[in-house]
Amino acid sequence: MKNKLNLPSLILTFVLLMIWELAALGINAAYILPTPIQVIKRLWELRVPLFTVHLPATMGVTLIGLGISIVLGVLLAIVMDMFPKAEKALYPIIIASQTIPTTAIAPLFILWFGYSIWSKVLVTILMTFFPITITVFDGFKATKREMEEMIMTYGASKKDIFLTLKLPTALPNFFSAIKMSIPLSVIGAAIAEWLGAQSGLGYFSKRMMTQLDGAGVFAPIVLLSAVAMLAVAVINILENRIIKWRKEI
Amino acid sequence: MLEFKGVSFQYDVDDFPMMTDLSFKVEDGEFVSIIGASGCGKSTLFRLINGLEKPQKGEIYYNGQPIESQKNYSSFMPQKDLLLPWRTIEKNVCLPMEIMRVPKDEQKKACREALEQVGLIDYINKYPKDLSGGMKQRVAFARTLLAGADMLLLDEPFSALDYLTRVDMQEWLLSQWQNSGKTIIFITHDVEEAVFLSKRIFVIQDRPFSSMESVDVPMDYPRNRADLKRPEVADLKEMLISKLRKKGAR
Repeated sequence: MKNKLNLPSLILTFVLLMIWELAALGINAAYILPTPIQVIKRLWELRVPLFTVHLPATMGVTLIGLGISIVLGVLLAIVMDMFPKAEKALYPIIIASQTIPTTAIAPLFILWFGYSIWSKVLVTILMTFFPITITVFDGFKATKREMEEMIMTYGASKKDIFLTLKLPTALPNFFSAIKMSIPLSVIGAAIAEWLGAQSGLGYFSKRMMTQLDGAGVFAPIVLLSAVAMLAVAVINILENRIIKWRKEI
Repeated sequence: MLEFKGVSFQYDVDDFPMMTDLSFKVEDGEFVSIIGASGCGKSTLFRLINGLEKPQKGEIYYNGQPIESQKNYSSFMPQKDLLLPWRTIEKNVCLPMEIMRVPKDEQKKACREALEQVGLIDYINKYPKDLSGGMKQRVAFARTLLAGADMLLLDEPFSALDYLTRVDMQEWLLSQWQNSGKTIIFITHDVEEAVFLSKRIFVIQDRPFSSMESVDVPMDYPRNRADLKRPEVADLKEMLISKLRKKGAR
C-alpha cells in the first residue's frame, strides 16, 4: 500500500534541495550555510567517528529512554484505565509535566546526574512518555461498551475484558504512540547531548559549531533524521503485518 | 423456564420507571417474540435477564432459581454482530468458550460443528471483514449457541440486514431453533417477523408497563411464508400493528 514511491514528495524534496544548494552557493559562506552536497561530503569524511562513536551513543540514549517511556507509559495508561480515581489524580500531573520546557530543565538533570547517560535518558523520557501514556489510554477508552457488555454476559472478569478486548483495541494506538515518540526521543536525546555530553550526535554537532564547520554541524543532524525516519518505517512495516483490521474499528 | 415475579425497574437517569410490578413466564423450548415501539423497554428486559441490570423490586427466576445464583443460563445476541475484527471467524466463535475456560481441543471441535451447522465452515480462518452482513450474523449466532445456554436472547438480530437476506435468515433461524430445542426470546419491532417466527408474542404498549399482552400465533411449525397470507394470520398482523400504533398516537 504505502510501499509505492511517493513521486510528488520526492520531486518537492529535490526542488527544495536545489533551492538550498543555489542559495548556499550564492551566499558562499559554508560556515553559515553549507550546501547539501557539502553536507553529504562531510558526512562521508566524518563517517568513522560518527558511525562508531556518536551514533551508537545517541541510539543508546534514545533506546533506553524510549524503552522506559513505553513501559512506564503503558503501565500508567493501564492503571488509569482500571482505576478512575487514579485517572483523576494522574491526568492533570501528566499534562503539567508537558508544560515544563524541556530545554530549560535539562541543565538541571545534568547537575543531578552529571555527564552520565541518565541525564540524557531523563530528558528523552520527559519528552516521550506523555504522548505514549495519553494515546494508549485513549486506545483503552475506545473499547466499545456493547462489546464489553457482551463478553460480560459470558461471565468475563475484568482481566478477561482487558486481555480479550481492551488490549487489541488499543494496539493501533500503541503503534501510533511509538511512531510519534521515535522522533521526539531522538530530539530529546540530541537536545540533552547539546547541553552536556562527551559523545553523541548532538554533542558532535555542537563541537562542529565551535569550529565554525557548517557542514559538520549539519552532517549529524542529517544522520539523526535518517535514523528516525528509518525507525518509523520499520514500525510501519511491523504495524501493517500485525494490524490488518485498522479500518474497521 | 423463565419467570419474572413483580419486577420493577428504573434507570438512574430516567424520570419514569421502565416497568412496574411486571410478571410473566416463558416455557422451555418456546419461541417468544417481544414487540413494542422503540424505547419501550424491550432491550431493558434482556439486560435484566442477563444480569447487566438489577431490578429494584421483584425477582427473576430461571428453572425455579433466582438468576443471581446462576451463571451462563442465557446467551445474548445483540443487534450488531459485534464480531471482534482482529479475530478469525474460528476465534470469534470460540470467544465465549475461551472465557468459560473450556479446554482448547473441545473449543475447536465445538466451533467446527457450529460453523458446519450455520454453513460457514469454509470461512473458519477468514476475518469478519471478508464476510457479508448475513454471514456475520450467522457467525454471531454460532457464537451465541456456543455460549452454552439453553435460553437465547436475540435482540433484533436481523434488523441491519437487507430485506431478502432477512427473510432467508428468518427461515434459517426457525430451522436452527427446531434442531436445537432451545428457548428463544426474540426482540423485534417488525410485526411480520414476530408473527412468522414465534409461537407467542408479547406486546409492550405502555411506559411504564406492568404487564405484557401475550398473543398466540395460530400457525404450526414448520412454517411457510405463504401461511402469512392466511386470513387469521393477516388479521393478527393488523391487530398487532394497530395496537402498537395506538400507543404511538397517545
